[in-house]
Amino acid sequence: MGRYDGKKVIIIGDRDGIPGPAMEECLKSTEAEVVFSSTECFV
Amino acid sequence: MSFSVVKGSGYVLVHTPDMVLHNGTTQTTERVVNPESEYLKKLPNHLRSYQETVSYPPNQTYIGNITPEKLSEYKMPWYDKKIEDANRFGKYGEIMPQDEFIGLMKIVDVFDLVSLEKSFVSDVKEKLENHPLITDELINKLKEGEELEDIENHIEKYEAEPIYNDGKVIGCVNRAHDVDINLNAHTIYENIVVKASGALAMLNLLNKNDIDPENIDYIVECSEEACGDMNQRGGGNFAKSIGEITGCVNATGSDTRGFCAAPTHSLIEAASLVQAGTYDNVVVVAGGATAKLGMNGKDHVKKDMPVLEDTLGGFAILVSKNDGINPVLRTDLVGRHTVGTGSSPQAVITSLITNPLDKGDLKITDIDKYSVEMQNPDITKPAGAGDVPTSNYKMIGALGVKRKELERKELLNFVKNHGMPGWAPTQGHIPSGVPYVGFARDAMAEGEINSAMIVGKGSLFLGRMTNLFDGVSIVMEKNDGKSEETEGASEETIKKMVAKAMRDFASQFSDE
Repeated sequence: MGRYDGKKVIIIGDRDGIPGPAMEECLKSTEAEVVFSSTECFV
Repeated sequence: MSFSVVKGSGYVLVHTPDMVLHNGTTQTTERVVNPESEYLKKLPNHLRSYQETVSYPPNQTYIGNITPEKLSEYKMPWYDKKIEDANRFGKYGEIMPQDEFIGLMKIVDVFDLVSLEKSFVSDVKEKLENHPLITDELINKLKEGEELEDIENHIEKYEAEPIYNDGKVIGCVNRAHDVDINLNAHTIYENIVVKASGALAMLNLLNKNDIDPENIDYIVECSEEACGDMNQRGGGNFAKSIGEITGCVNATGSDTRGFCAAPTHSLIEAASLVQAGTYDNVVVVAGGATAKLGMNGKDHVKKDMPVLEDTLGGFAILVSKNDGINPVLRTDLVGRHTVGTGSSPQAVITSLITNPLDKGDLKITDIDKYSVEMQNPDITKPAGAGDVPTSNYKMIGALGVKRKELERKELLNFVKNHGMPGWAPTQGHIPSGVPYVGFARDAMAEGEINSAMIVGKGSLFLGRMTNLFDGVSIVMEKNDGKSEETEGASEETIKKMVAKAMRDFASQFSDE
């Protein structure tokens, strides 16, 4: 069983770092459920 | 067709402590949701004086009095350092105090929407008369002012937005319509500020570079506000209104929007318009945003430091026909983040940095300086947003390592040699790529660098129409000295040679 399997995930991405959709993509190979994903601009 | 050139630039800041308190959205939101908050009580004690803002090293960098290289010699944090004998006027522009700027808001207001109190007008008129760029014609637009009682009446009964100076109401911005939210006092206030700070940047561009405003053909305005009414919210346009107030009688223009990426989009547009021969002289200009004043104020107050987002920013850049002297804008080396690019850092950096380099068969290390999001880390680090320029440089360098153009152990040297410290205020579009254009032009003239890449990124997702963000880039390069005139002359010579040959040919027939 993977580390993220069965977990609900909230993603807050950073435009100048790792944006939300990129993190979502990484989690696709796991059984994690992305319940919220957003990219924010901190500047 | 010859590439266009960057012929000059102007950079301005405006110290606006009262606008931090009353117009920055962090503060206006806090006043709604938590009006008794400790933050709002403490905030006024964390505002800087005008002189402190002028002598702040990143601000002196923004107006060109010290170079980014010189700024990097100052150990961070910078807010407790100051430049001795700092001048409000700089090589590229100026740092205007709030009272003069409020006067300028009245000067640029053509619909009598800004009302200022009589004695304030009298004081500020005297100050603006001593300003080297504010002409008598502009001074006359200040008019005589109004009674404070009338101003207070407009604020209380007609939803006018108060204008504060030194903690006191000295005027107001009136609504331009009774019902239309796009013409309410709040929106008009923000738009007048954009227009006034954009006009100030334009005046500095013209003055510092000895440019006749009548020679300007087209203006692209690229800030982040929208002007229009309820039937056309972003109808526009700030560009022509700025041209009108600054004497660009032969210009028209339009507004380009793209969040923080808009200035680089506009630079590419201007370069293309000039290179195509559509216009000879195009100005890219933007004013500043009151909404972002004190954006990270809560963290600054919490860390017992001054609120550093106390200035509006503005800039103006003139793009002209190739003169064989000024740096060219390489429209053949343009990068763009497309709809299909994806959002992984590698995809983003590839689209913005290495795709344009590949077009010119260049390596990442072939570009001398990268001007990315040049936000001042003194502002962003205490707020937990990190050092934005440095993280951008690390990502560019990492891609260089991946492409085997750079040794992994050289990564930090790459950041140091091809990057710069951030010095621009967090005014969204203001720090995005363009702050270095003025320095790049000078450094190329001095032979210190040969090339720079201007990179702009924009957070489109904030507008809730797409989850995408955006970015574009363009390479600026030292001029190889071949001007359009010399190319034109050789073309002329060829035409004459062809004509002569045809005449000679025809004369052979007549001789026969």
